[in-house]
Amino acid sequence: MSFFLETLAGGLLAGVMYALVAIGFVLIYKASGVFNFAQGAMVLCAALTFVTLTERDVPFWLAGLITLAIMVTLAVAVERVVLRPLVNRSQITLFMATLGLSYIIEGGSQFVMGASVHELDLGISDLPVAIGPIQLSSFDLVAAASAGALVIALWLFFERTRIGVSLRAVADDPQAALSIGIRLPVLWAAVWAVAGFVALVAGLLWGARQGVQFSLTFVVLKALPVLIIGGFTSITGAVVGGLIVGAADALAEIYLGPLLGGSVSTWFAYGLAVAFLLVRPAGLFGERAIERV
Amino acid sequence: MPPALAAALAPVRRPVLPALPVRAAGLALLLAVAFVAIPLTATDYWYNAILIPFLIMALAGLGLNLTMGYAGQASLGTGAFMAVGAYATYNLLLRLPELPLPVSLAGGGLIAGAVGLVVGLPSLRIKGFYLIAPTLAAQFLIEWVFNQVGWFSNYASSSAISAPRLVFLGYDLSSPAGRYALTLTSVSVVTVLAWRLVGSQTGRNWRAVRDGETAAAVIGVPVARAKLSAFFVGAAVSGVAGALWAFAYLGTVDARSFDLDRSFQAMFIIIIGGLSSLSGSFIGAAFIVLTPILLTHLSNALLGGSLDGGQISNLQRILFGALIIGFLIKEPNGLAALLGRLRHPAR
Repeated sequence: MSFFLETLAGGLLAGVMYALVAIGFVLIYKASGVFNFAQGAMVLCAALTFVTLTERDVPFWLAGLITLAIMVTLAVAVERVVLRPLVNRSQITLFMATLGLSYIIEGGSQFVMGASVHELDLGISDLPVAIGPIQLSSFDLVAAASAGALVIALWLFFERTRIGVSLRAVADDPQAALSIGIRLPVLWAAVWAVAGFVALVAGLLWGARQGVQFSLTFVVLKALPVLIIGGFTSITGAVVGGLIVGAADALAEIYLGPLLGGSVSTWFAYGLAVAFLLVRPAGLFGERAIERV
Repeated sequence: MPPALAAALAPVRRPVLPALPVRAAGLALLLAVAFVAIPLTATDYWYNAILIPFLIMALAGLGLNLTMGYAGQASLGTGAFMAVGAYATYNLLLRLPELPLPVSLAGGGLIAGAVGLVVGLPSLRIKGFYLIAPTLAAQFLIEWVFNQVGWFSNYASSSAISAPRLVFLGYDLSSPAGRYALTLTSVSVVTVLAWRLVGSQTGRNWRAVRDGETAAAVIGVPVARAKLSAFFVGAAVSGVAGALWAFAYLGTVDARSFDLDRSFQAMFIIIIGGLSSLSGSFIGAAFIVLTPILLTHLSNALLGGSLDGGQISNLQRILFGALIIGFLIKEPNGLAALLGRLRHPAR
């Protein structure tokens, strides 16, 4: 029983990390209807920048600030060069554009900062912590706590600040928002910058876990089913979806994998996502489109 | 109403162009070049590096274009359907060696189509962008199954199994020219079939579902049948492409060559070439296959000794991404629309 609980808890904690990447998607999708495949490349770019700076003995806080500045610059550039000319295009075109963008960001980051694997030590210890009958990794707990703090901060940002309220207005009805004078380009740049910040946090946590390297971009593929289960438009959905995917993935790997004779983690979450969609076609917390002729 | 305004509002009368004969002549010329001129002049490098992959990826894109461009059902499972086609053809050749090659190829396509039909079932309930979920699930699950279940690869020790020899009517098709002939013939036949299908009632139903699903259902278009048939036909065409990719291009059957990147590639092909355009699939494939080759030659010529291979490939990634974004911005309807404008500039 305690083994089951341990697997479950470990899965839930990993799920929080998935949620972290998924939140980056949700932010951009909510504000601009773009399904941003480049989120994974942004995670890589942020982590790589940070680790390159700290390896040159730049203190953590300064490295964080510089990385953040780079991510914001990137966000503004993306808004100017990619999103603005593509306004009013179909969703799939925008999706393909972000795929192109991810090539540019990946190629660019590796061109400037190299493709070797970097160790990233955030100074968080990775010791087993006993909670009741089960053992958990202290690093996972800290990661989950930071992710939780980030979610609360984002929630406050959306509910309490002026930019947040405008963002919700844009998400609700872009035309109405434009007509009352909300400046869409500024908002888009802002939301990409926030997504860049989320990518930085995700990049640091994932990078500390598995090393900063190209495979960081694959966290996108883990975040996709999270997003699909939670719904593309809901931060709550991303968190709940992350927990579901994390727990189900860990349990399936332990209990289902041996039965099927191999690791099931590449596809299990997607199968789960399809099962959820068949019951709720717009995800758990997504907005259901009303169909009119 | 003043006459000037009335004239302005009147429907534009387009001159009746002799469109068909001109197009037919162009097509005949194209086929003559592909079937006669190229075999007389092409080198092995041209066959192996350019012509064969171009034709096969065009066919894969064509399959996706039927599902996504014509019927509006987004799919990221092209790689998986190609894999099914390749493994099905391999097993048909292996287990039923008396079947002639074209029958095995077509059989592989039909099996891929059947798998596509199953993958398309959720489309009856899931709409729009969420539809990438079942197709992605298929992409990952199918790749996993082929790696995991030994029966499909005849319990080969390595994951890449060498393809059996290609023989048809006593002719050995394993030379580059033979593989080109096989590819070109298959691609031509499938393209003609697709062209006929697109113009038929089925094709009209697909477009009706794409343009307004609810409206189509209201006027009595069989929406479910249209969606499922689009998935079936699209996957079958991609399946044939996958079989050709394994047999006529790589010479090995390997699930890893049909990964998610392949699906993305097919999607790039139809977005850049042109959604719901048969010629767009070919133009897009030419772009996707030729650009990396051109970039390699270009960067080797310009930067040859000064940068190492990894850096050059990073630069290529950047340029490729930029080119994609540039084309998406400049040409919303794809390169096929650009060519159309060049042909009829006054419209």
